[in-house]
Amino acid sequence: MTRFSAWNVFWNGMTGQKGWDRQWRDATPKAHYDVVVIGGGLHGLATAYYLAKNHGIHNVAVLEKGWIGGGNAGRNTTIVRSNYAQPGNREFYEHSLKLWENLSHELNYNVMFSQRSHIALLHSPGAVDGAARNYNTMRRTGAPDAEIWGLPQLKATVPHLNYSADARFPIMGAAVQKRAGTARHDAVVWGYARAADQRGVDVIQNCEVTGITREAGRITTIQTSRGPIMAGKVALSVAGNTSRLWGMAGLGRLPIESHKLQAFVSEPLKPLLDQVVVFGMGGAHFYISQSDKGGMVFGGDLDWYKSYAQRGNLPIVQDVAEAAMSVLPCLGRVKLLRHWAGVVDMSMDGSHFLCKTPLDNLYLNAGWNYGGFKASPAAGWYLADLVANDRPDEKIRNFDLKRFERGLQIDERGAGPDPKLHG
Amino acid sequence: MIRIHCPFCGPRDHSEFSYGGDGSITYPALDAPMEDWHDAVFLRENICGVQTETWQHTQGCRMWLSIDRDTMTHEIHKVRPCHPGVKTLLRTEQ
Repeated sequence: MTRFSAWNVFWNGMTGQKGWDRQWRDATPKAHYDVVVIGGGLHGLATAYYLAKNHGIHNVAVLEKGWIGGGNAGRNTTIVRSNYAQPGNREFYEHSLKLWENLSHELNYNVMFSQRSHIALLHSPGAVDGAARNYNTMRRTGAPDAEIWGLPQLKATVPHLNYSADARFPIMGAAVQKRAGTARHDAVVWGYARAADQRGVDVIQNCEVTGITREAGRITTIQTSRGPIMAGKVALSVAGNTSRLWGMAGLGRLPIESHKLQAFVSEPLKPLLDQVVVFGMGGAHFYISQSDKGGMVFGGDLDWYKSYAQRGNLPIVQDVAEAAMSVLPCLGRVKLLRHWAGVVDMSMDGSHFLCKTPLDNLYLNAGWNYGGFKASPAAGWYLADLVANDRPDEKIRNFDLKRFERGLQIDERGAGPDPKLHG
Repeated sequence: MIRIHCPFCGPRDHSEFSYGGDGSITYPALDAPMEDWHDAVFLRENICGVQTETWQHTQGCRMWLSIDRDTMTHEIHKVRPCHPGVKTLLRTEQ
């Protein structure tokens, strides 16, 4: 495998770009693996990579029913942040952000991680107080880049927001995390696939799981469209399809509903917005950043009703367009290039599950709601740790399926047990 | 856009409605064991296919409807009122 370096780029530039290898092998499934990771998304690939790197488990397969980068890995708005206040979430996402900061070097793949600041607009004294509380908590617990900005600083940094006193929601200030930003989603997924492959992991595409064979509380064989695969341990990492796979394993109900989330990208523009800007007020929700190619990447709320279809609806397009106009009126004549929808596991408290399951050798990674992209490195890190060591790390101890029975809800939004409200 | 045939108002766009959630849940008695309440509040079948769910016609008659909808194709198979509604009540009183 060719290592990427400035010299390689230069040399291939001079010699007709003929010296590059495949990024990862087109692996044919073997009969047996120590660990089978179901789901070749960001989380699944990261899990396989950290299994090999951190725990020396190299006989690993990642099964992907479609192609790498074709699911939710390519259906997000690429925002990375760790501005969480709940115990558990805070440490988890901060660990993830630290992994992001070194990811390009670690994977030898430019994931274009850009720490351009995450700016959450505040529109009421209550919102300012709430943000101050959360961001102070962050500052006191290891995220020194959390700041509350007043209007003068915000105006100087992001001049073209709607600061008019006549705005429907006049801006009072912003909660800012400076180390937050964006990354290139495709590069992350390809980088993890390549790095995992280099360490011996088989990345198997076009391999749909069609059945799961159990024997005495353990999974023995995964039936796939490319034949049966025996597995020592199985890690489930299939956002949007968790309930279906859970059913195949003969297990019951989960605290998860599948909803869809839409995202949008505009035609490329000249540099306009050098930060991630987030607006949320009442029922309106909007987040936007500009990709390095110039497209404005933005999104809003869930579609409000349960769905497995990877297509969105028009009322949300209208909602998002209205929110865009109220925050950044200068976008009014910008053309929409495309929009898409991904299916997400909305959990009952808005937080994820990284845990053991009723089956001895099945491990679950699910319920990321909105936030799966930024969590990718840490989700892979801790799921690999869980699979390898068979016990939850202290940081993920509370992200189990039984937490509701214990009376614990890790509810960042305070929205209660209603999946559609955890945006 | 999904069209919902409201039994009281006729066919309307789904943007007139608000989604209530899984309509197949039967809530246990108030004094039922904690496990029953846990299951009803937190656990879901999460069906990929036809499921029964509730919608409220918030921009219309404000009635709650029980709807059989395919969560994959968004096709609506059946719409019925959760409550008979004023129209039906008036009719039965005649």
